[in-house]
Amino acid sequence: MKFNDALSGAALAALGALVLWHIQGFPPMPGQKYGPAWFPGLIAIGLVTCGALLAAARLRAAAPEPLLALPGWLRRARPAASVASVIAGLVLYVFVVDMLGFHVTAAVLLLVWSRLLGASWRLAAPVSLAATVGIHLAFYKLLKVPLPWGLLEQFAF
Amino acid sequence: MTLAVLSQAFALVFDPYVLWVIVASAAFGLFVGAIPGLTATMATALLVPVTFFMPPVPAIASIVTATAMAIFAGDIPSCLLRMPGTPASAAYTDEAYAMTKKGQGEVALGAGLVFSVIGGLFGTAVLIVAAPALAEIALKFSSFEYFWLVILGLSSAVFLAIGNPLKGVVSLLLGLLVASQGLDNPAAFPRFTFGNAELAGGLTLIPIMIGMFAVSEIIRNVATMDQPWEMAQTKIGNVFTGMWTLTKRYPLQILRGSTLGTAIGALPGAGADIAAWMSYAMSKRFSKEPEKFGSGHVEGIVEAGASNNSALAGAWIPALVFGIPGDSITAIVIGVLYIKGLNPGPTIFLEKAPEMYAIFIVFILANLLMVPLGIAAIKGASQLLRAPREVLMPVILLFCVVGSFAINNSPFGVVLMLAFGLVAYVMEENGFPVAPAILGMVLGAMLEEHFISSMIKADGRLLAFFERPIAAGLGALTLAVFAWPLVRAWILPDRNRA
Repeated sequence: MKFNDALSGAALAALGALVLWHIQGFPPMPGQKYGPAWFPGLIAIGLVTCGALLAAARLRAAAPEPLLALPGWLRRARPAASVASVIAGLVLYVFVVDMLGFHVTAAVLLLVWSRLLGASWRLAAPVSLAATVGIHLAFYKLLKVPLPWGLLEQFAF
Repeated sequence: MTLAVLSQAFALVFDPYVLWVIVASAAFGLFVGAIPGLTATMATALLVPVTFFMPPVPAIASIVTATAMAIFAGDIPSCLLRMPGTPASAAYTDEAYAMTKKGQGEVALGAGLVFSVIGGLFGTAVLIVAAPALAEIALKFSSFEYFWLVILGLSSAVFLAIGNPLKGVVSLLLGLLVASQGLDNPAAFPRFTFGNAELAGGLTLIPIMIGMFAVSEIIRNVATMDQPWEMAQTKIGNVFTGMWTLTKRYPLQILRGSTLGTAIGALPGAGADIAAWMSYAMSKRFSKEPEKFGSGHVEGIVEAGASNNSALAGAWIPALVFGIPGDSITAIVIGVLYIKGLNPGPTIFLEKAPEMYAIFIVFILANLLMVPLGIAAIKGASQLLRAPREVLMPVILLFCVVGSFAINNSPFGVVLMLAFGLVAYVMEENGFPVAPAILGMVLGAMLEEHFISSMIKADGRLLAFFERPIAAGLGALTLAVFAWPLVRAWILPDRNRA
């Protein structure tokens, strides 16, 4: 996913400008030259400058570059679906883990991910189950990380 | 260093639990290093949630051991698959593969192993001598000197990065911007929190690093999973044959690689991968037979293989003495050091001497352990590289999720991990190096704090930064780093292979 440098430069400069605008509301430090706005302000000025330089260098260059070059894998069904499932799966995890519980969510996600990546059911199913149990034993039991039980609350061990 | 301290240090390391952790981490490191797409930095990020629950010495020992093994193991798929196991092997992957194609796979693998060990031990020796000595000098440092050190670190990260320096600066600025978020600033004013409770606490670095080093890498792996790996050689003979001859033929190369590697490692922001590129280029430039480079010639592998492992130990020098990471791995380690109460700084060698010497012993032990375990990994390479990636990647991803959650026991960690994983992926696709951003995040708070407290002491006079002798010297050195691009243009003429 390669953006044209002119586009990245413009976005970075815009981010810098946004920060500069936002920090106007920061209060000064009494009796001090450098308040809380000073450091982010300096960074923002840097971003605006670098963004402009980056865009300018791209615009001056002779060879044309597309605005957005999509990676090759995006055109192949399986890799594209796999990457999408990774991102969607992580978002889903955050939303449903408290309700479904860690164990159900993890096992299902592992199964879906491995299948999409090309694992056979015979490999994907036992590994998904074993990895979930393994992480339960290592993190929940041994390291005392409070992984949520959700649906399986009554079977908690 | 007294004998009492040393015996305490030995007792800390030669404890059954610690030794068990070292062996387990070594196996983990070899595995992660040998699988292309899993890096030493990723190994460190994945270890952090586990080390959370360990005492200080085994926690640090696990990272030291795993990374040393991973950097060596990265050479294995270079030879067999023409794919670097970690970015630190990328510099000489083509060379190593060409050797395998010529039927010299054993020599390439053996050189990777033997000179990794030598480089690692060299870097360790420098660490043991230099860190306490430097700490003694650093005891006199005030906020003025620290300010310069941080600036120096940040600028070397930008200038040593391979590729467009402007993009390095952008990456650094983005890291600093992330660091300025939250309440942790001299004015204790909530910046960029937008009234959100999760943001008010400040962004936790560990989930961010797991995202940037592991999740982005998993995305890259998943995107190319449909291309199978092909092994150039499956049966591997004795890898030690001819190693002594190589040592005798290339003593200068070994020394030069180890020295440059340690130095690059110690410079903030540049680690084993850049050390290997520089050493490989250096080797070619000063070689008597430069025309053989690229056709399966072992000289560059000897030099760069020593270099990348020595860089690992070198990176710990500024990390322990100043709290300034020498590479991406130590950027993560510094966070672990604070959590374990081993706050980096010049006084660490006075207050935590047994722990520090224990870490040094672990470094030596890890490099020695590399010989038997390395042979085992090479012998088992064909099995190791047949590990089913289609289930491995999901399991690692789940491990990242749980690790990010475990830091604060909050799902917000998972959100951070994903967000920064995607950011890092897009950044790298667009030629923005990730290492400067990490350094900016780790050092941002320190930079602002030392600047503000210096300005309070000096009543706002900027010239005060040049008034103390060491500060002035560091200031001058910083300006010298700005001259680096010219030097690099001389050493590395071709810049389009990054």
